[in-house]
Formats: sequence, C-alpha cells, structure tokens
Amino acid sequence: MAPASPRGASTSSAQPLDTKRVPGASAADTKPTNLCSAVNDALHIALEQNPRALCFGEDVGFGGVFRCTVGLFDRFGRDRVFNTPLSEQGIVGFGIGAAAMGATPVAEIQFADYIFPAIDQIVNEAAKYRYRSGGDFHCGGLTVRAPYGAVGHGGHYHSQSPEAFFTHVPGIKVVVPSGPKEAKGLLLASIADPDPVIFFEAKMLYRTVVEDVPTGSYTIPLGQARIARTGGDITLVGWGQQVAVLERAAAMVREVDGIECEVIDLRTLLPWDRDTVEASVNKTGRLLVSHEAPVTSGFGAEVVAAISRRCFLRLEAPPMRVCGYDTPFPLVFEPLYVPSAQRVADAIRDSCRF
Amino acid sequence: MDEHESDRLCFIGGALSPSQPASCYRTLDSTGACIEDAEVPHDIDENMALRIYETMVKLQTMDVIFYEAQRQGRFSFFMTSNGEEATIIGSAAALSDEDHIFSQYREHGALLYRGFSFLDMAHQCFGNMRGHGKGRQMPIHYGSKVHNFQTVSAPLATQLPHAVGAAYALKLQGQKAVTAVYFGEGAASEGDFHAALNFAATLSAPVLFICRNNGWAISTPATEQYKGDGIVGRGPSYGIPSVRVDGGDVRAVYNATAEARRTALEHTCPVLIEAMSYRSGHHSTSDDSSRYRTAEEMGVWRARDPATRFHNFIVGRGWWDADRERQLRVDSRKQVVDALTEAQKGAKPPLSELFTDVYADMPWHLREQAAEAHAHAERHPDSLHGISLK
Repeated sequence: MAPASPRGASTSSAQPLDTKRVPGASAADTKPTNLCSAVNDALHIALEQNPRALCFGEDVGFGGVFRCTVGLFDRFGRDRVFNTPLSEQGIVGFGIGAAAMGATPVAEIQFADYIFPAIDQIVNEAAKYRYRSGGDFHCGGLTVRAPYGAVGHGGHYHSQSPEAFFTHVPGIKVVVPSGPKEAKGLLLASIADPDPVIFFEAKMLYRTVVEDVPTGSYTIPLGQARIARTGGDITLVGWGQQVAVLERAAAMVREVDGIECEVIDLRTLLPWDRDTVEASVNKTGRLLVSHEAPVTSGFGAEVVAAISRRCFLRLEAPPMRVCGYDTPFPLVFEPLYVPSAQRVADAIRDSCRF
Repeated sequence: MDEHESDRLCFIGGALSPSQPASCYRTLDSTGACIEDAEVPHDIDENMALRIYETMVKLQTMDVIFYEAQRQGRFSFFMTSNGEEATIIGSAAALSDEDHIFSQYREHGALLYRGFSFLDMAHQCFGNMRGHGKGRQMPIHYGSKVHNFQTVSAPLATQLPHAVGAAYALKLQGQKAVTAVYFGEGAASEGDFHAALNFAATLSAPVLFICRNNGWAISTPATEQYKGDGIVGRGPSYGIPSVRVDGGDVRAVYNATAEARRTALEHTCPVLIEAMSYRSGHHSTSDDSSRYRTAEEMGVWRARDPATRFHNFIVGRGWWDADRERQLRVDSRKQVVDALTEAQKGAKPPLSELFTDVYADMPWHLREQAAEAHAHAERHPDSLHGISLK
C-alpha cells in the first residue's frame, strides 16, 4: 500500500475479494497498481476473455486522455478498440445497438461532466430496453465508464459527481469504486453483468493511490458494500474517492476524540446494499453520509431516508449529510466546497454530542 | 496553386450558391404505368409483387379497423400509415430476414411483411399479457425477436445510433446482414440523426438509413423543418451514398433499398434513402390535422394512394384481378376483426410483471416493492382494475 491520496488515507479492505472466481489466484499474485492501471488491466482481461467485447470512445485508440486504454489498440486491433467521433449520445447509442446484437461494449465518456448529451440514450433507451420488450431484447452487455469528481483544478466541467442523476433510473446499475483493487474487480463484474452499468471512476485517484492489486482476473459482486473500517460509535457511508476522506476523518476523531467510526464503502449505488448499512447503524446508532455532489437530492438523501425508516428507534442522532454545496462546482473555492475530512470530522462530533 | 486551392472567394450552398436538388427516382408513373427505360436492376417477380400488394392491403385494412376501434374507446391510441405504405413495405421487401429493423413508430407494415400477425398487433394494442412488452407500453410500440424487429421507442431518432452499433456488431460477427433504420424528416432534426450518420460513416457500419419524408412532423411542415435539399442532401456531406426516391412507387423504393443493401454489404458502408411521400392520415389518434392543413391538400394526396398505384401495375402485368381483390379485402377484414375480438378478451399481465424485466435478476428493492404492491392489492382488491395478483 502506498502513497496516500492528498486528501485521504489509502483504502483498506475488511472483506476479502471474490477469489472464488480468480483462477489460481493467491495472495502472492499481486503487484502495486494505481487506479488507472487497474482499469487498464481489467479492460485487457475483458477483451482477452470475451471476443465480443469492444472498447471505444473519444481518443480511446491512442490510450485515452487519462491513459486508461493504453495498449488495447495494439493488442486487440482497430475493429475492437477505436476512436469515435465526438458525440456522447452517439457513443452510448452505438453501444446500446451493439449490445442488442450480443456484443459487450465498454464505452468511455471522457469526463462524467460530459455525459449529459447521452442522458436520453441512458434513461430512455438503455434503461428501458429490456422492460419495454417484455424481456425479448436487452442491452445488458453495455458498460459506460466515466471519470468523475473533484481533482483540484477542474472547475465547473471537469469536477462533477453526477451519480444521483443515474440512481434515479430503474434499469441501469451505478457503480463507483473507491480504489485500484476495487476498480479492477468491480469493472470486470460490471462488464460481465447482464444489465447496463454506469461506472464512475474517481479520476483524482487514477495516479495518487497505489495498492497491491491481484494480477489475475477477479470480480467483486455488484450490490455488496465493503466495510472499510470497523467501529462502534457512528457509521460513515461514502463511495468513490470520498471513502478515503471518510477514513481520514475517522482517524482524526479517533485520535482527538476517541470516537470509533465504521466506514462503509457502498461500491454500488444502484442497487445499493441497504442491509450492510442498516446492520451497521443498528450497531452504532448514528449515520453520516458524505458525497462531493450537491447535497440536495444527492444519493445521500436516499440512504438517509431508507435508514431513518429502518433504524428509527435505534438512532441516537439525526442522520447527517456532509456533501458539496448546492452551487456549480467552484474552481477557487474547491477546498471549501468539497466535504473535506475536517468538515466530516466536525459533523461526526456534532452527531456524537447530539 | 493546386487543384484544391482557389484565388476566388466563393461560398458554397445556401442563398449564395443554390444547387439543384437531387432528383427523385421513380419507375412507375402516378397511375402505376411503367416509366419507359426506367432503371430497374431488381425487378419484382409475380410472387413478390403479390406479397407486397397483399401486405399493403392488409396494412390499410388494419389501419382502418384499428383506427375505428380506438375511436370507439377499445384501446387508447393508434397510428396509421396512410400514404406511406409503399415506402414501408417496398423497403421491407428488399431486406433479408436476417437484417435487423430499427423502426420509428409508423412502420408496422414492415412487421406485417415479415409475418407478424394482426393478432400480435392487437395483443400489443390492448396491452394484454401476450402482447410485446407485456402491457407495459402504449399501443403501437411493437417489437418481435423472431422477426428481428427491435421494440418501437417513442423518443425520436434514438434508434438511429442503435442501428449503427448493431450494424457494426453484425459486421464484426461476419454476418452478411445489414440493419435498416426508419425515421421521419422531423426526427432527422434530432442530434441522434447527426451522431448516427457520422458514426456510421466513420466506423464503416452497413446500415440503411431510410427516411420517410412525409411532409409533416405532427403539425410542422417540412418547409419549417429544414433548409437545403431535404434529408438526402445531407448524406454526401457525411460521406454517405444517398438517394431520393418516390416513396409512393413500391418498385422504386424496392429497387433503391435493394441497391442500397447491396452497396452497404459490398462496400461495408451506410446508405441513406429519402423516400418522398405524404402522411395522408393524422399524426395519431390524438391529432386532428385539419387544424393545420387544408382539406384540398389532403384530398389531392389521398387520390395518390400508393396501393392503388401498385394495384394498377400488377393488374397490368396480368397478376391480379377483381375477384382476388375482393377476396383479399373480405379475408383481411375478417382477420382483423377476429384479431381485435380475441385480443380484447386477452388477460392483462399479472401484478408480478410490473417488477420483472427491469433487470435480468430482480434486485432486493424491487422484490420489496413487489411485496408491498402485492400486499396493498390484497387489502384493496378494487385497486387491481382487472389485473390478477399472480
């Protein structure tokens, strides 16, 4: 494990990977890998294992602007790894059609901020393809990858976390890995999944976090959260790059206040693992959800509403949300806009003192 | 200066440099008589001509009776194909059964041509359990896996990029098949039209873009939809071979589509067809087109019925007579009426089908909601409105 991200500690896994599906895997078969390489590794494996898998998007051929698709063109050729014209609705629509013919398209949207031209294709087409046909047709092979989140200098259009727009859409799955090991296993699971998946990659972690990642093929089941840190006083829920922030806040309040936090990495937002969060809150009596996206109608609202209902009599304090403010993503104010470890730590203290 | 350079400041297109519109290919005149010396590389033999004509009559019969059924309140919505029968059926006839069709919403004639029955249509329109989509979608959103006809989707032009991705996948699978995607001249204003044509050209996808230019997008005439030379004029600028065809001439549409298909497979490229016709009926049963167009205009076009035009052609060839015509119309009418009667009796899907097919496997939250809905319905049976629990 090493170099921690500027804003958080490196992740730790309290739960094992789904090694049942790792042929010949053992603890020794790992190598230090950053998130970008973990994604690249997963794409190599997917295209190797599945001759119908395709990888495409803007600038994908030469390796992508974040270099996540490096080497794929040389290895698998122009038919399966290719640039598309600059049109997000075209990329997703093309992927839907290819998937409907039995292909396994892995489409890249260069930044999550630019996924909105494709929202009609995702919401009205991909998500409803199976349902509207009574199960006769589907585009389940489709996976849409998109780098998301704050990165320190991205401003309005290279920083957003649009996951909540998509968690409101029955028929798709939404996955947000928190680190390299998670990203590889979750991406391989998403590509193999029988439903269309929107896969948000924490672009700040592409190069800032390195973990020992299994070199073979493995999957992490969708819909199952990961307990990143155990504790009995309060449950902290996050996903993607916010998990590291929560772990850092947990370390701060433990050291200063002696508060023990349980940190849950949700991994999949749709469908999300309510049982794991519920069990944790029944133990701790307190809940805090944190995401970079604006607080109003963010996915945190869903978690808080569901847990308030399930754990109402067990709650010691109102569930809290520590999130981005309801403004466009503001360049110079980014350090104040994002839900920093310090803001999270203060909220933890408020909750425990309630 | 080389040949691509000029010392003249010369704009192309638009008001400054109007160009001649693309000509409109036709092989039969408005009475159905053969145009002498017309290029007919794929002539229609007797069997195919009769299959085409019979499908046109069936489509018209279905449209009349289904339309009336909707007006009587038997189901909620319907769309007819009047004026565009030749465009839809002539193009469908030129496809192979292995070609996948991505339709807009006015191409059920292509489904009929492939053998989808009146009963299949009626089940869907009544929203019963045997209809495509299990009653979850409005009437006319047909689809059929066995007929390689993807589900109709109401958002305009979204099916165009699908057809491109599908054609690309078929190409990689080594199949000698194309995809055919239908859309109107109004839908061609959507961004997905541009995305699809550009993707198809750059990625060499064997897809046939078949534009039904029927003159009207609900109440908006084509003159307010675009400038320039219609839809066909856009094709060459995408690098796509393109042709304009008389959409009321079945033989011309058939030939254009057959040639387009041959070209798409031979050159692994898309082809654009703009079929010029007229929407003789209302946009849908929710529309009254007399509010925005004149009775004279509609009357003129109704007189140019594409089925009558082709009828004259097959009679002229000695392939058809009045007795067969009468029999076909009587039989079709009975089949349509019987289909509506049977489908109206069809059971609605059970409540459990509300929650299936959202995902391949039902996730926990849908299982939970299904149980909630089930419990509510058990407490309040009136809320089921004729739907069974299981």
